[in-house]
Amino acid sequence: MNSRLITLAVSMTVAATFTAQSFAADANYTVPRNEWGQPDLRGVWNFSSNTPLERPAKYADQAYLTAEDVAKIREEAIAEIARSDGNSSQGGVGGYNQFWIEGLPIEENTRTSLLIDPPNGRMPKRVPGAPIAFGGLGPDIEGVLPVRFTVGGIGKDHPEQRGLSERCLLGFNSVPPFMPSMYNNNVQLFQNKDHVVIFNEMIHEARIVPIDGRSHLPEDIVQWTGDSRGYWEGDTLVVETTNFTDKTQSFRGTGVSADMHLIERFTRVSADQVNYTFTVNDPMAFEAPFTVEVPMHKMEEELYEYACHEGNYGMVNILRGQRIEDGTYIDASGNQ
Amino acid sequence: MKAMLKSVVMAAGLACSMAALPAFAQGDIPRTPDGKPDFNGIWQALGTAHLDLETHVARPGPVVEMGALAAFPGGMGVVEGGKIPYKPEALQQKLENQDNWLQRDPLVKCYLPGVPRATYIPYPFQIFQAPDTTLISYQFAGADRIVYMDKPDFESQVDSWMGHNIGRWEGDTLVITVTGQMPDTWFDQSGNWHSWKMSVEERYTLIGPNHIQYEATITDPDVFSEPWTISMPLYRRIEPNAMMLEFKCVEFVEELLYGQYRKPSVE
Repeated sequence: MNSRLITLAVSMTVAATFTAQSFAADANYTVPRNEWGQPDLRGVWNFSSNTPLERPAKYADQAYLTAEDVAKIREEAIAEIARSDGNSSQGGVGGYNQFWIEGLPIEENTRTSLLIDPPNGRMPKRVPGAPIAFGGLGPDIEGVLPVRFTVGGIGKDHPEQRGLSERCLLGFNSVPPFMPSMYNNNVQLFQNKDHVVIFNEMIHEARIVPIDGRSHLPEDIVQWTGDSRGYWEGDTLVVETTNFTDKTQSFRGTGVSADMHLIERFTRVSADQVNYTFTVNDPMAFEAPFTVEVPMHKMEEELYEYACHEGNYGMVNILRGQRIEDGTYIDASGNQ
Repeated sequence: MKAMLKSVVMAAGLACSMAALPAFAQGDIPRTPDGKPDFNGIWQALGTAHLDLETHVARPGPVVEMGALAAFPGGMGVVEGGKIPYKPEALQQKLENQDNWLQRDPLVKCYLPGVPRATYIPYPFQIFQAPDTTLISYQFAGADRIVYMDKPDFESQVDSWMGHNIGRWEGDTLVITVTGQMPDTWFDQSGNWHSWKMSVEERYTLIGPNHIQYEATITDPDVFSEPWTISMPLYRRIEPNAMMLEFKCVEFVEELLYGQYRKPSVE
């Protein structure tokens, strides 16, 4: 995930168009049942967030923002919006101005970090030697194939040098686990008797999760989004995912997904909120497992089709532009 | 029961009409707790509709190296009345498409297949049925359709590859009206095409626990002189371990689509 994007989103989204309809979790809340008698998680949920993944150092042991903290963050954000005067977050005429940026009013999630474990709200240490590559919207970075990050690239020689979301292979916020990013933070959950589908709007990523007790695929059968199995633990849906390829990352620029064991939990805490909690366990990349909690809020709007590959003029233009610059472009008629 | 089914099939075949269908539907079909026919499961078409919706003779494939494997076998058509009722100039376009099939077929490029083609390409799809919103997920390119069962007046907001899908029940038949499709999808590997004005009415009827009778009526006043209907059975994938594994075909077409822009290797 692109850390710069997240930081920008955090600082700029007070005026977000998304209006949360969240309510404080009610201990007496009874989760509705679907026609199969299961806790009903169905619907469109928005996982936008203004809360940083890691707790800023200034909060030390403070797990939640105070009312004063919230007021201060709002003031700073409003000042930042006034300062940028509606211009792109990249300065001048860039790709994204505030119109694009989704967030959640900070008072809707007053945690100082999305990380809830380790309790200090900081990522565990990276295992020495674990691969690390963040990518980003800026210039290409140095790197080797395969490119496992989602945004940016390591060169323009061929499509495989670009990030996975630029190739329309994985969304930059929809890889399991999914994380809040600038936009398209929408997931729709479907359920029937023996399956759940986790459908991220980004790149129309429908992850089909059998909940009928069948075993995982053989170890050597690997997929971009892994192999997910689910079960109910009380009213919580637990989804365990393994069998990832080695072509993407574990988490946040680090590791190789093939080494990752992912556990996601979906708990409906009110009519308008499902808590999405996930634990990444990758001993090859991180010295300890860690857990992130993202509150998701009910949307009354429908998902749109995100046909990424069909309209990927960007890839053609990136590569063709570079060939023209190199003087090696050959057009359809064979003319250089 | 089997013998009876057979005779009904024959009768239906002879009448060449789906009017005999309700006779099937009264049989033993699975139902959801709310009493609707239960379409949950993995389904797939058999046959050669994906090659050519009309009755066709065998013809060679386009890739020499693939020999017999890429050749088209002959097959019976699925169009009621036999022929697609093209307007004359639209038929010319179809023939031209057919001549340039490999270069023009959007499926070759791993583009979303659209409706009805997604139903009968030789890849499975899975239905996740709910009273309000049903999902149909297809293996090919990870295509999906969200079918709104409770929003009869919800209009298409913007054109899309898999269309705007509004469902309703007509007795035990699931009817889905599909509008707002991009003009870029095709019907098969024979260049059959449509415009952005196309609307499709699909009808899914369980004719037993493991079979759906599928019908789709295509209306497109710019391309066809009248609406026309295709009809075929869909088969449940009954293997106990049936699963749709990932088919992100994008990575398999990058060379095809972008290879010409690769940096030339240094000699």
